[in-house]
Amino acid sequence: MALRFSPDNEARFQALLARYPDRRAALIPTLVLANREFGYLSREAMEYVASRLELPESYVLNTATFYTLLRKHPVGRFHIQVCMNVSCYLRGADHLADHLKRVLGIGFGEVTPDGLFSLEGVQCLASCGTAPVIQVNDDYHEDMTVEKVDCLLESLRRQASQADGARPGTGGVP
Amino acid sequence: MSENADRSAPPTPPTGPFLLRCRPGEAILRLDDHLTRGGFEPVRKALAMDPDAVTDEVKRASLRGRGGAGFPAGVKWGFLPKDNPKPRYLVVNADEGEPGTFKDRYFLERDPFPLLEGVIIASYAIRANVSYIYIRGEFVKQIRVVEDAIRQLYDRGFLGRNVLGTGYSLDVYVHPGAGAYVCGEESALLESIEGKPGRPRNRPPFPAQVGLFGCPTIINNVETMACVPLVLRHGADAFLKMGVPGDGGPKIYCVSGHVKRPGLYEAPMGTNLKRIIFEFAGGTLDDRPILGVIPGGSSTPVLTADELDVAMDFNSMRAKGSMLGSAATVVFTEGTCPVAVLLRISRFYAHESCGQCTPCREGTGWLERVVESIEHGNGRPGDCDLLLSAAGQIQGNTICALGDAAAMPVQSFVTKFRADFERHIAEGRCPHAHG
Repeated sequence: MALRFSPDNEARFQALLARYPDRRAALIPTLVLANREFGYLSREAMEYVASRLELPESYVLNTATFYTLLRKHPVGRFHIQVCMNVSCYLRGADHLADHLKRVLGIGFGEVTPDGLFSLEGVQCLASCGTAPVIQVNDDYHEDMTVEKVDCLLESLRRQASQADGARPGTGGVP
Repeated sequence: MSENADRSAPPTPPTGPFLLRCRPGEAILRLDDHLTRGGFEPVRKALAMDPDAVTDEVKRASLRGRGGAGFPAGVKWGFLPKDNPKPRYLVVNADEGEPGTFKDRYFLERDPFPLLEGVIIASYAIRANVSYIYIRGEFVKQIRVVEDAIRQLYDRGFLGRNVLGTGYSLDVYVHPGAGAYVCGEESALLESIEGKPGRPRNRPPFPAQVGLFGCPTIINNVETMACVPLVLRHGADAFLKMGVPGDGGPKIYCVSGHVKRPGLYEAPMGTNLKRIIFEFAGGTLDDRPILGVIPGGSSTPVLTADELDVAMDFNSMRAKGSMLGSAATVVFTEGTCPVAVLLRISRFYAHESCGQCTPCREGTGWLERVVESIEHGNGRPGDCDLLLSAAGQIQGNTICALGDAAAMPVQSFVTKFRADFERHIAEGRCPHAHG
């Protein structure tokens, strides 16, 4: 089935077009919308954005590949980003990362077989005063410890099993 | 403000906090809550002035850019060409990403109205009718907060057509980033808004002449914007007196790493670094001796324990051989491996290089690989000099400051902790407990 924005995102897309004197400027915000709606930017999703903005696909691809948050591969329902930069490193980020890899059984850049979790080591999330920090989908979890990570994973699992129609691989979009 | 008004100003200096007014756990997200605290008085004041008089007031206040470069905001505004018929833009840099920095997030998350007051005043001063606030893509919640605050301002006539009945019109939009540190560089940020990869532009022309969509553009940091209403509220003289000569105002200091109370602290520009670490942040964990302090974000040259008696303002830090940067102070104590700390930093710049300039694209990768080999016990004699040489070949040879940002920590770490680097190489392993 061909990709299409939901009515809400279609309205957001139309509002974006009105913001700029040049429609190319709407490209990154539109890719962000598509990333959220479709879970990641498949080739099909990028083609869709290109057609909506009347831009060459190559132009869209050139921009999309520059930005780390515009995902080119599917991620888990809960995408866990662990800040590995200096302030978090000094407060034990490596222990958190090792623990997450061990309990989830995956490395950075991988997705659990059930599609529930994916893991990524990232650069500074601007939360250095409450290091170490991890981001799960949209939410920051600060001053993290191994114990807090365990509680968090448990509550995410519970959340997933309770949610009706939970779909794996949607980047946290229910 | 007229000279008479200055003379009749009250002799007692105003008391803060001026920037970090929210108490722990508090947020001021409703316009009414902001208005009952005297909000938008500075905007009303500015809109009653001539735009150039507003710029002059900000110039006299010596408000230097809080993003890291420290360029005087009013002087920057004055660079806009007088005879260019094109529209003008104000762009706010909220792409906070210099490791160690987490101050702009405070405004974006908990106190957006002072930022938006600054946006209105600055846009009016430079005669812009459209402003974009570029917020890093990870800040999903913060983007919602700022968009909601903007909506409230439209609803009440503070934005849109005919702002507060003055005939001035202003539209403000949030533009999301999508994960690229280099977009915090102002010309890369403009490229990014235009829908392109964030590759910095050659200058000249400077953005004030040819900026967003080819139009005259001013780019300012979030904290700088939040300082602008303070200049209008208290007057340029009072603002200047809050800091040091030539560098006015209060400043937010970000403290992280091995301290008892990491966090944000507001104090006058020029506050002593020791006071920030030991008084505000409570000293080091377990009172361990300090090994090093990165004073102003990961790109700024590291200081050793005997170099901390310094005023944190732009000129004093330069005189000390480092930089105020974004005032993001990262403390690490004895027992920490300086090679491992540098490796995090070098890996970051290698990851974030946009790849446009050969010295940076190739050089940052070399720096990372050599530091990594030293840390992992594969260092070779001469590697310290190799690092210094490679860093020296990047510095000054790139379009933007990211190359310098990658070079400076390498030069300062290798120079100041050279014995530790050489020990790694001689022993063929990391001699510290973590390794």
